[in-house]
Amino acid sequence: MHDMSAHAVHHGAPTSFIRKHIFSLDHKVIGKQYYALALVAVIVGMVLSWLMRLHLGFANFAIPGLHLLSKNGAPGDIMTPEYYLQLMTMHGTIMVFFVLTTAPFAAFGNFFLPIQTGAEDMPFPHFNMMSFWVTFTGFVILMASFFVSDGPTLGGWTQYAPLSAVGAVSGPGQGTGVVLWAFSIAFFCVGQLFGSLNFITTTLDMRCKGMSLMRLPLSAWAWFITSIMGLTAFAVLMPAVILLILDHIAGTSFFVASNLVINDSLLPHSGGSTLLWQHLFWFFGHPEVYIAIIPGMGIVSHILITNMRRPMLSHRVLIYSMGALAVLSYMVYGHHMFVSGMNPISSLAFSFPTLIITIPSTIVVLIWLGSLYGSKLRINSASLFALGFISMFISGGISGFFLAQPSIDILLHATYFVVGHFHLVMAVAAIFGIFGGTYFWFPKMTGRMMNESLGQLHFWLTFVGAYCIFMPFHYLGIAGNVRRYQAFVDDYLIPLIPVHKFITVAALATGAVQLIFIYNLIYSRFWGAPAPDNPWQGTSLEWSTATPPPHNNFGDKMPVVYHDPYQYSVEGASSDFIMQTSPEPVHSADEEK
Amino acid sequence: MAKILAVTIIVIAIASAVPIVMHIWPLPQDISLHGHLIDEQYTDTMWEAGISFLASQILLAIFIWKYSKPAPNAGIKRFPGGAAALVIAAFVLVGTEVLALGVFGAKAWGQAYFTPPSADALPVQVQAGQFAFYFRYPGPDGNFGPIHPNLISEANANFYGLDTTNDQDSKDDIVTAEMAIPVNREIHLLMHSKDLGHSFYVPELRVHQDFVPGLDLSIHFTATKIGKYEIVCTQLCGLGHYNMKAYLEVKSQADYDAWLKQQAALQ
Amino acid sequence: MKNRYHFGAVLSAIVLLCCGALILGQKVNAAGEGSITGTVKLDGPAPHMKGIDMSKDPYCVKQHANSPAHLETWVVGSGGGVADAVLYLDGWSGDAKTETSVPVFDQKDCMYTPHVLALDTTQEFKVITSDQTAHNIHPLPNPMINVGWNQSQPPGAPPVTKAWKNPEVIPVQCNIHPWMHGWFVVVKGPYAVTDDSGHYTIKNVPPGSYTVKAWHEPDETQTQKVTVAAGGSATADFTFKAK
Ligand code: HEM
Ligand SMILES: [Cu+2]
Ligand SMILES: [Cu+2]
Repeated sequence: MHDMSAHAVHHGAPTSFIRKHIFSLDHKVIGKQYYALALVAVIVGMVLSWLMRLHLGFANFAIPGLHLLSKNGAPGDIMTPEYYLQLMTMHGTIMVFFVLTTAPFAAFGNFFLPIQTGAEDMPFPHFNMMSFWVTFTGFVILMASFFVSDGPTLGGWTQYAPLSAVGAVSGPGQGTGVVLWAFSIAFFCVGQLFGSLNFITTTLDMRCKGMSLMRLPLSAWAWFITSIMGLTAFAVLMPAVILLILDHIAGTSFFVASNLVINDSLLPHSGGSTLLWQHLFWFFGHPEVYIAIIPGMGIVSHILITNMRRPMLSHRVLIYSMGALAVLSYMVYGHHMFVSGMNPISSLAFSFPTLIITIPSTIVVLIWLGSLYGSKLRINSASLFALGFISMFISGGISGFFLAQPSIDILLHATYFVVGHFHLVMAVAAIFGIFGGTYFWFPKMTGRMMNESLGQLHFWLTFVGAYCIFMPFHYLGIAGNVRRYQAFVDDYLIPLIPVHKFITVAALATGAVQLIFIYNLIYSRFWGAPAPDNPWQGTSLEWSTATPPPHNNFGDKMPVVYHDPYQYSVEGASSDFIMQTSPEPVHSADEEK
Repeated sequence: MAKILAVTIIVIAIASAVPIVMHIWPLPQDISLHGHLIDEQYTDTMWEAGISFLASQILLAIFIWKYSKPAPNAGIKRFPGGAAALVIAAFVLVGTEVLALGVFGAKAWGQAYFTPPSADALPVQVQAGQFAFYFRYPGPDGNFGPIHPNLISEANANFYGLDTTNDQDSKDDIVTAEMAIPVNREIHLLMHSKDLGHSFYVPELRVHQDFVPGLDLSIHFTATKIGKYEIVCTQLCGLGHYNMKAYLEVKSQADYDAWLKQQAALQ
Repeated sequence: MKNRYHFGAVLSAIVLLCCGALILGQKVNAAGEGSITGTVKLDGPAPHMKGIDMSKDPYCVKQHANSPAHLETWVVGSGGGVADAVLYLDGWSGDAKTETSVPVFDQKDCMYTPHVLALDTTQEFKVITSDQTAHNIHPLPNPMINVGWNQSQPPGAPPVTKAWKNPEVIPVQCNIHPWMHGWFVVVKGPYAVTDDSGHYTIKNVPPGSYTVKAWHEPDETQTQKVTVAAGGSATADFTFKAK
């Protein structure tokens, strides 16, 4: 084992284009590939959300050209009910899996985890390459489902059985569409399992001299914790989707009960359990939302520390809190199922850990706030997005107090309140983490600086826009507006339609603003100002190597680490930061000893 | 820049709270006997969450405002008490907050789910299916006839799969497309799904329960206000999910009796 | 080697030509077409048709404010004539595509008009909606015989044009309005559907002996043998019993 990994790590720099940029073993290239995948996915996902919003805000509005996307789904450019749900399902699936898991975790983690630990590469580069290409295949399969005869599945990203398990009788996309969805997710799981193994091994086995675990930056810790979660969560989802596939193609009945009648005919299934899918799915699904957000917490902490010119009040408390979130996230999954028909005593039992998980979340936020206190905050695109992340995380987290209580969940379950909650706390917050990480690390990844003015403009419009979109979702939910509805035909929902119109306008505008980011990304990649090695005066290892880093990350000399990761504003030091690799002694009482 | 951000955060925080404080989009009115417990729980939570929300956003804004333009050689100040104080604060403040919410919330939940229906509760059955609810009243004999899934036929309007020629209990069963109930009378709702997962949600009634195919569930409630309300499905069940609904008519006992008679005649 | 291919090509061309000639010949024969007429009746009193409660969709309720909706399994006119029975020629071996009109299947007032749509194989038909509420059209053929579909038509959506490849009786339903039920009766050759008084006329029947088959939902059929003279008309009356 040791021999193999040693051999793998010392792979030489590739020379051919294909080995360099496509089937690359280099974690940095793989990280960028993941980033590119996430970028394509987020654009698709965002366009889908525009279509959904247009349809919701302006019922039976003909969206010019929509029939080109699907003749059946949009006859005469008018979206059908099933097509709305199909787009919604694809939006959710793409966003959760191919954006929020790939970008903050797989993309940035791949690029920076080995560098921040002082490794030359991941221990299993071939697995790493496969991790990306298997994930990519999953994405292609998912996209392919747009083009099969009755379109992609309409079952929502949660794909509840038996709707997902009985086949085409239950609606368009529920045959081939579901099978493709399930295969896509299975591939995704395999890819992330490979990735997680690499992340864990890198963190545990590949650290350079002097790099104790506690000397790892918070971002590295976040990726490490996330990879452990990935290993356990995806390992549950994968068998679940395989069982789902079997229900489709092998005639099994894992998730389908007996005596179900659709379209006046008895289904040929018997003996399965409806709730089994929900248990399996959410045992993965709840950790998954922490997989989406914990890397963001790490990235944001890392960015903030650099821009506050001080370490966090406590390095350890943040690490322990993220660890506590990870552990607790497996114990709270039942809060998605309060009114699902599981034993009401279980609902109560799941509500307490859910309430308790607010404690580590609060600690994280308080540590951020307490560290801001008395800091020397620099404002730039990266730190703006990091601060925006905190604001969003607070707003989204607070609504968790409501949803954690089964009694209030009676009112709010499956309403737009939930949609507002998870978009703020998971979607927008995590996306802000991605944006922050991009502005922060782009120089290191590409060797060029991003345009700062465009970056700040992007922040302002996105920050205000995101609140305009997602805050009103909560009000809708309080008024009882059910989610996953393609139109609002109920008498009590009709008065709420103006709110939907407002949200639609806000969503279109905020979506358009993202073009600034994409322009900035592309422009800066080719024509941006050349980046110095350490543009933000950071201390961690990624800033002590060249920009962009050489093939084996550190050139001829492997780094040696002398300090905790964040030696900023150390009294008596020669400058306001001491790099981890700097042998300069730290005299003052180290905050983290 | 930082000051603008601070102001923006405060403006957004306050603007977000305005519709809540002004009750622009209030909770649907409560027409149930047990709902007030839920509403009180909701209001308490709103107070605690609202204060935490405003406090933390404003604190964030103040710190951004204050610490973004430090004097060139100012040192770093330490938050009084350091991390330990914050951790203790989180445990004490949030810990007691959530414990209190959890304990009182359990009471509201228990009221809805841990009490058995009273013996004289009126049994009504509801069947969910793509994409409509159908209701069944047992008729004068007080018994529901057996369901034969193979007889279910929407084409013949035999939504429950009843065999009215052979099953004695089925003969007087009344199957309806809307649900009427007498006011101030406890209802024991027997729920089953004929096909997929669905849900029974009446916001005004503070009742929300999924249908689980293969599992018969029951809930009970008492409506206290005459009127016409909507029962909607909240569990994604296919293309017609958005249109899966039924009306709930809460009537006086006399109106209810008349309605039931009229429905019986239509069978 | 090459020659072999040439030979094959010539041979298939000849075969094709012969087939073409045969088909053309048939058309020529069809000049003296006759017809079959008759009445379909119900034996005994018209069964009670249960009312339909559309209360879940206020739009549908409004459309039926003055004409309560009821099941359309047996639509019996005065004199016992049965509407919506389909008559066709059993074992038809003539033209594959006799009927060329494009009939319309309308979703109107949350019901299907017509309740039964008869079709020749591969004959195109249009599904349209006249309603201000979305319907999904969900025909349920035997998947071994025809390919089904399930597609919604929101208000204002353009017509959906479809055809069925093989003969089959196909129920169609709207899941959004579970009471909406209708039938596509796909047959080979000339056909007719009875009107409200139970009358029908199968036109364009070439002279010869036939078995006329009468179908009524859900799966009742009767047959009668008739002979059609060139340019003449034969009669076949049927009587069904409601179950
Ligand atoms: C451009 C901004 C976005 C807009 C306007 C938007 C809008 C929506 C809307 C309208 C829904 C349907 C809600 C429902 O009926 O249940 C939805 C669902 C969802 N969105 Fe977004 N969204 C956006 C960005 C994101 C992002 C970045 C994520 C990343 C996590 C995301 C994740 C989801 C998920 C998981 C669902 C649930 C899908 C389902 O119910 O199966 N969205 N979004
Ligand atoms: Cu539903
Ligand atoms: Cu319909």
